[in-house]
Amino acid sequence: MKIIIPSIIGAGAILTVAMMTTVGWDRPPIDAVQRGYRGLGIEHVYNPRVVDVALQANVPPAPPYEIDPEFELDEKASEFYENVEVLGDITTDRFNRLMLAVTEWVVPGGVSGEQNCNYCHNPDDLADDSKYTYQVSRRMFQMTRHINANWETHVAETGVTCYTCHRGNAVPENIYFDGDGASPSRGLMNYTAGQNIAGEQVGLTSLPTNPMAAFMGQEEEIRVIPLTALPEGPGASIQRTEWTYGLMMHFSQSLGVNCTYCHNTRSFYAWDQSPPQRTSAWHGIRLVQEINSEYLEPLQPLYPSNRLGPAGGAPKANCGTCHNGAYKPLFGANMAQDWPSLDSTPAVVQAPEMPAESEAPVAN
Amino acid sequence: MAMLNFERKYRVRGGTLIGGDLFDFWVGPFYVGFFGVTTIFFTVLGTALILWGAALGPTWNIWKINIAPPDLEYGLALAPLKEGGLWQLITICAIGAFCSWALRQVEICRKLGIGYHVPIAFGVAIFAYVTLVVIRPVLMGAWGHGFPYGIFSHLDWVSNVGYQYLHFHYNPAHMVAITFFFTTALALSMHGGLILSSTNPHKKGDPVRMGEHENSFFRDSVGYSIGVLGIHRLGLFLAASAAFWSAICILISGPFWTRGWPEWWNWWLELPIWA
Repeated sequence: MKIIIPSIIGAGAILTVAMMTTVGWDRPPIDAVQRGYRGLGIEHVYNPRVVDVALQANVPPAPPYEIDPEFELDEKASEFYENVEVLGDITTDRFNRLMLAVTEWVVPGGVSGEQNCNYCHNPDDLADDSKYTYQVSRRMFQMTRHINANWETHVAETGVTCYTCHRGNAVPENIYFDGDGASPSRGLMNYTAGQNIAGEQVGLTSLPTNPMAAFMGQEEEIRVIPLTALPEGPGASIQRTEWTYGLMMHFSQSLGVNCTYCHNTRSFYAWDQSPPQRTSAWHGIRLVQEINSEYLEPLQPLYPSNRLGPAGGAPKANCGTCHNGAYKPLFGANMAQDWPSLDSTPAVVQAPEMPAESEAPVAN
Repeated sequence: MAMLNFERKYRVRGGTLIGGDLFDFWVGPFYVGFFGVTTIFFTVLGTALILWGAALGPTWNIWKINIAPPDLEYGLALAPLKEGGLWQLITICAIGAFCSWALRQVEICRKLGIGYHVPIAFGVAIFAYVTLVVIRPVLMGAWGHGFPYGIFSHLDWVSNVGYQYLHFHYNPAHMVAITFFFTTALALSMHGGLILSSTNPHKKGDPVRMGEHENSFFRDSVGYSIGVLGIHRLGLFLAASAAFWSAICILISGPFWTRGWPEWWNWWLELPIWA
C-alpha cells in the first residue's frame, strides 16, 4: 500500500493536470439559463466573459443620421433617379441615407479604390447597372424585403437588414459552397465521403463536413429517427443520419447553443416535448432553402470566378450567415425597425418593443 | 437471533468515534452505534420526505415520481418546499445517511482492529454523489444544477446534461471513468472465474486447488500473475477510480468547460508534429 496509494494519487494528478493544460477551459463563476422544467438539465451554460465579448461584437450600427420628417421631401427615389427597380417607392432622402448606410455595412473603409460607392456603381453614371456587384446588390435588396415580408415565421418582427449578414464584409463571413469539404479525387484510398476531418461547420466532430449541401439547397425533410418500436423497412441510411447530425452540429455552432435549445433530448423527434424554438428552426431551414434556390444560386452566372466555390457554385447561405454565433442575430436587436424600406410588407407598422440585447437565450 | 460462539470475543465495547458507550451495542446481528442511529434517523426522514414529495406530485407511478431541485433563479438559497425545498432537505438527509453509514463502518473497523479500506472505498461513492448535488451546483451557483430524484427524471437529466456539451463521450475524464468501469468488470469476472475454477477441480474428488494453481494459470496465459493479495488491491483501485473519474468528468462539465466536448480534442489537431 505504501507504493500504491502515492502512485494512484500521482497518476490522477498527472492525468488531471495534463487534461487542464489544453486550451478552452473556463472557470467559475459561470452563467446558466434554465429553459425547461427544473431539474431536467434543459439549460445553457455560458462563460460570462466570453458572452461579454460576443455582445460587444454584435451591436448593430445606428443609422448614419436622422431624417427630420418635417424637412423630408415627398419625392420618390424612382422619380429623382434613373433605373431604380427595387427601392423606387421610398423618398429620395431615405434612399440616399440607405445607400450611405449600405456602403458602411458592406464595404466600409477608405474612399479610394473600390471601397465606396464605386464598389457597385460606375462613378461616371450611377444608374449604370453593368457591374456584377450592382446586380447582386439589387437582388439582395429584393431578398431582404422578401424575408421581412414573408418569413415572419422565422424572423418575426425583428427582421433582417444587410448588416445582419454582411457585418462590414463585402461577402458575409459564414457562407458555404457546394463541394466544400470534398476530398480531392485521388482514387479510392483517399475517399473520405466528405467527413473525418474535424470540420468547423460540424462542431469539430468527424461528421460530414458539409451537411448543408444535403439539406439547404433543396427541400429535404430531416427524418432519421424511426417512429416504430421495430424496424419496418430499410429506414434511414447511416450517411443520411450522419448528415443530419452534422447539420445539427452546424445549428449549434451557428447559434452558440446546445442541443437542448430545440430538443428535449429524451426524445429528439417528438414535437410535443420540444421547446418552441424548434419550430423557428424548422421554418429557418425552409427559409434558407428558398433563398438559396431562388436568390443566391441563380446569381452564379454573374459572379467572377474568384467568388465561386470549389465546384463552381455560387456562395450560399446557412444558419451562421445571419446568426453569426448568436441565438438570435445581433442578440435580437431590432435593427430592421430603423429601416422600414427594407421591408416590403404593404402596411409598415411599428414593430413591438423588443429587448435591445439580452445576455443569453430566453424563451420567445 | 442466535449469535455464533466465536463472535462473542469480537463483540467488544469501545472504539467509538463519538458518544462513548452510548448506543455501543448490537441488535441481533447488527451493530448499532451512534452512527447507526443517525443513519436510521436520516434514512427514515429522507424516505418520508420522498413519500411526501410523491404525494404532492401528479403520479404514484414508481417510474415517473419526480422530486426536482429548485429553479436556477433560487441560486444557492433555500427554496419553498414544493418548489425544490423538499429536494434540498432530501439531499441533506441522503448525505447524512451515507456519511453516517461510512462512519459506522469506521467504528466497526476500529472495534475489529482492521484497516479503513471499506469506509474509504464507500467514501469514494459518497464523493461522487456529493459532487453531483453539492460541489458542482455550488461551483455553478445554483442548487438547480443537481439531478432530480426520480427514476425517469434523473435519466432525462443525464441525457440533457450530456447534450449540453454536444457529445459527452468526447469528455476525456468520462472516457477514463468508462474505461475503469469496464476494467473493473473484467477484473472482477476474471477473478471470480479463477477462484471458482480452482475450487472446482477437473476430476470430481480431486483436492481443491489453491493460490499456486491460480498464479500458474495467469503466468501460463499472460506471463504474469498479480497474486492473491494484489488482485484485491487492483480491484479496489479500479473500482474506486471508476467512481472518482465519474465525479471528475461531471465536475469539469460546466464549472470548468462550457463548450462542446468534441472541441477539447483540438489539442490533438494542433500538435506541432503536423499543425
